[in-house]
Amino acid sequence: MSSVNATTFEVLNKELAAKIDTIITNNANNSTKLVGILLEVQAIVPKQYLPLEIAAYISQKMNIPLSRIYDVISFYAALSDVPRADCVIQLCDSVVCKVTGNTVLKESLQELLGIKVNEITADGKYALEPTACFGACDIAPAIRVNGRVFGHLTSKEKVKKVLDNYK
Amino acid sequence: MLKTVSFITENFGKYDPKSIDSYLSIGGFTAVKRALTMSSNEIIDMAKAASIKGRGGAAYDTGRKWSQAASVPGLNKVVICNADEGEPCTFKDRAIIENDPFRLLEGMIIAGYTVGAQNGYIYLREEYSHLRPLLINAIAESKAKGFLGQNILGSGFSFEIHLYSGAGAYVCGEGSTLIESIEGKSGRPRIKPPFIKECGLFQLPTLVNNVETLAIAAAALTHGIDDYIAFGTEKSPGSKIISLAGNVKKPGTYEIPFGLTIREIIYDIGGGITDDNELKFFQLGGASGSIGPASIVDTPYTYEDLGKVGLTVGSGGVLVVDDRTRVIDFVKSIQDFFIHESCGKCTPCREGNRQILRIVDRFVDGAQNPRDLETAERFAHIMSNCAFCGLGETAQSTLLSAIKYFPEEFEVKGGKLE
Repeated sequence: MSSVNATTFEVLNKELAAKIDTIITNNANNSTKLVGILLEVQAIVPKQYLPLEIAAYISQKMNIPLSRIYDVISFYAALSDVPRADCVIQLCDSVVCKVTGNTVLKESLQELLGIKVNEITADGKYALEPTACFGACDIAPAIRVNGRVFGHLTSKEKVKKVLDNYK
Repeated sequence: MLKTVSFITENFGKYDPKSIDSYLSIGGFTAVKRALTMSSNEIIDMAKAASIKGRGGAAYDTGRKWSQAASVPGLNKVVICNADEGEPCTFKDRAIIENDPFRLLEGMIIAGYTVGAQNGYIYLREEYSHLRPLLINAIAESKAKGFLGQNILGSGFSFEIHLYSGAGAYVCGEGSTLIESIEGKSGRPRIKPPFIKECGLFQLPTLVNNVETLAIAAAALTHGIDDYIAFGTEKSPGSKIISLAGNVKKPGTYEIPFGLTIREIIYDIGGGITDDNELKFFQLGGASGSIGPASIVDTPYTYEDLGKVGLTVGSGGVLVVDDRTRVIDFVKSIQDFFIHESCGKCTPCREGNRQILRIVDRFVDGAQNPRDLETAERFAHIMSNCAFCGLGETAQSTLLSAIKYFPEEFEVKGGKLE
């Protein structure tokens, strides 16, 4: 935690700080909006995560203890305090996708990306994460890529076509 | 014969959900206009007469809930719309928001007027963040037209709606946990009492309703309840939006009258089992619901008939599973889900789920110990009796119903699962 007040920020530059300020202002600096604010900020941070320096910046700006910010970040599945990737691919591992046969989907993703579930490609471009049901059971088996849902992924060709959008 | 009906979903596809003018052109906001001419008691009586049970899963009578909320003293109250539908195999609230966001707002305004609230909050799950713009627009347009804000349509009643986002936590579907989340905290349930109806969001008296429940209230005020209670059975009047998925040919959301059999739902509405496989079992109401074997597929889908065979309507999820899936693998998948989603606050749920998973894993591998089944059942009962919130109380419904209906899948035969 010693680096909190250091000047050598790795991620937080002036431009990003200004964007974070805007998000906080748009939410009226309202501490009850913390969960939503953290989601919005995470979406604009490279590698889609919330590093300590940004958590500390928000803590200071909103006058919320850093411990409470971390209570929230560490609790919610959609918030991460470790770097993810440019392109976060979430594979639904709940029952509906399982009974409709998401093994092909899982294996195709692992093969095409060259990583296993819970891993990130060496270039930091793709992360493959398991996730709980996101309510796309009518088009199972499905994935979410940076928040966008793709379904009916029953063959390797279909999976490849989706990934081609994120080259 | 057409088995689905159209009452709650009547506006689906009939207007542009991005435009209030389009909504008004099909008679939108009739419900709010009518409600504002009625007294709170008249609306409550109407909700009671329609016997609308809460559609998030708990099936609490809406009229009763509203009447309790209205009678709590307080000048400042809150209505929350629970749009955190996290049950696997449940996506009907998504369908309502996608197709008919204005009706949902109408339901909230009516609920607010009925119980005497000034503020409404929509808690939308992060997984549905793509629906945020639709709701933001619907709220802004409704405000511009005077259906939200100060002195709505000159009635003296004022009401605002705020949109909050979840961040991927199933437990936040529980009322008090959702409130913690809206207050900007991690999602762990609160002890009751005080009950949230008296002391909820920001310590104010709070009413929490599911998306579908609010949509029904708006539909019932638009058309009166006679058309609604004409559907269904005597004890389960009305209709329900189900989320049909799994090994079924036509998955999707359907509005059905209560009283259809599960067979009719799967075969007539859903078009039958994928590849014409054999039905093995089905799960109703999401991961917290029980499973039922093919032998009880002729059970009518009503609160009373499902109750007799240990099933619940719950969230309205209907997950169809064919004979390619082993029951124990299904149980394992559900167990993994609850391990992930347990918030860790109470010991029965946190540790119970963990210990049960260890046993389930042994069953999956066919390496169970002779007393494993007994232990798992004991732990499951402790959880349903002692867990802090609904999550832990219902987490073992799948396991217990699997043991009840598929005992052979848990038999120890020389230490190996056959």
